[in-house]
Amino acid sequence: MLTVDNLSAGYGPVPALDDVSLTAGHGEITAVLGANGAGKTTLLRTISGLVRARSGTVSLDGRPLTGVSTEDLPALGLAHVPEGRGVLAELTVEENLRLGALGSRRKTTAADLRRIYDLFPVLAERGTGLAHVLSGGERQMLVIGRALLSRPKVLLLDEPSLGLAPKVVVQIFELLRGLVRDDGLTVVLVEQNARSALSIADHGVVLNLGKVVVRDDAATLAADDGLRHAYLGF
Amino acid sequence: MQQLLTTVLTGVTLGVVYAAFALALVLIWRATRIVNFAQAPMAMITTYIALVLIDAGYSYWLGFAAALLSGLVLGAVVERFVVRFVSGKSEINAVILTLGLFIVLHALAAIVFGSRYRSFPAPFGLRGFQIGDTTIALTGFGVFTVVAVAVVMVGLVLLFRGTDLGLRMRASAFNQEVSRLLGVKVGRMLTLGWALAALVGSLSGLLIAGGGLVHPSYMDGVVVYGFVAAVLGGLDSPVGAVVGGLLLGLSLSLVSGYVGSELVPLAALVILMAVLLLKPGGLFASVRERRV
Repeated sequence: MLTVDNLSAGYGPVPALDDVSLTAGHGEITAVLGANGAGKTTLLRTISGLVRARSGTVSLDGRPLTGVSTEDLPALGLAHVPEGRGVLAELTVEENLRLGALGSRRKTTAADLRRIYDLFPVLAERGTGLAHVLSGGERQMLVIGRALLSRPKVLLLDEPSLGLAPKVVVQIFELLRGLVRDDGLTVVLVEQNARSALSIADHGVVLNLGKVVVRDDAATLAADDGLRHAYLGF
Repeated sequence: MQQLLTTVLTGVTLGVVYAAFALALVLIWRATRIVNFAQAPMAMITTYIALVLIDAGYSYWLGFAAALLSGLVLGAVVERFVVRFVSGKSEINAVILTLGLFIVLHALAAIVFGSRYRSFPAPFGLRGFQIGDTTIALTGFGVFTVVAVAVVMVGLVLLFRGTDLGLRMRASAFNQEVSRLLGVKVGRMLTLGWALAALVGSLSGLLIAGGGLVHPSYMDGVVVYGFVAAVLGGLDSPVGAVVGGLLLGLSLSLVSGYVGSELVPLAALVILMAVLLLKPGGLFASVRERRV
């Protein structure tokens, strides 16, 4: 379980996050929604320590993450897939996956790789090739697979649907749903594509100009016409 | 025929030294986008450390090992305590810092070791091998030079391609933020990268000094050739640095043998200009990430 309490952060004098609190429950998908510039990416980056928090705390299963450096988070069970995916294109697919396991300070086993290749058969064909030949959808599968190899308790996903064909988005979201159901993974899903995100999320939080404006069950949010028009754009 | 053989052999021995120096530049450029202008004086300092030991009566090999080890330490210290302070700022800051370090190390060497020419021994013969009645341009020290550089290169390939540490180092060279999110201690990898680069630089310093004269600026000419070799191969590519070094060594040796040795520096600059005009990324420009 990931708990964020009264988190504030910013670049320069303008606050990008203002007193944000949220709880991502164990085995649930929490969607973080909002327009461009609402603070969604900053929220994930502050949780990972890439942006310094001005105030507030983040804790993972009750353990405060304040003062823990970004590099140590994977070993504690927090995996963050950044916006723009973060495939290391100059390395092979398999090397990318090995890095995921290294993050939790252990060696990659053949069984680890097989599990990811079973989830994403298309990656198995590409294993020894450079990752730069992968398509957008394959890249998204690779970074999710890589994050899973660090055996995370909590997975932070930043705009996984960005630039992908709708069919691929459905495929990836269904897979996420399966991982949450079968492995008890906790997911914080930042999305511009609110409709798709709410279709698989349990709860949703809507940010506007760095503040939480609404939090509720995903189904309730999706059914709220006024909210959808005002913040979610569908 | 014999002249061609002589030229080629000289070119290869010269080329591997340029390759080693170019590799030292490339290792740092790839990881940090900094051209380390202090590479030459760093190698000069470590060569002096070897010389002091050898002059004190210790064996050549002890001096050799001490120079490589101090290269490792010096590289790490420079990264951790000098370059680290400007990380995250514009790369030009770090480049200016390495230029400053160039001058400081020069001055320090002159104060500590003196600025007169001192001869540096070679562990193997400096006279060409005899085949029948003819002497070829390959010396015992030349063979040692090629073998030493080859051993270091193979070692680096094994480290980068075959180990988890090497994978972490490559990842942090390509994308620091993503690497940090994957649990790679990027700072340590950078320190280690500078240390390894300085070790390779030290090796080139020792090989150039062998059987010749050492003084605080004896490495400065090598900066030009090493840099041209690195640009020729592609600043991003370690393989390119090696190939670039060999190509440059051969070309300059050909120029020196068939045209005139006074034209060697000019030839190097002509090659640099030609590369920058025709193939600015170098011969082995690495793949750019495809935007999807």
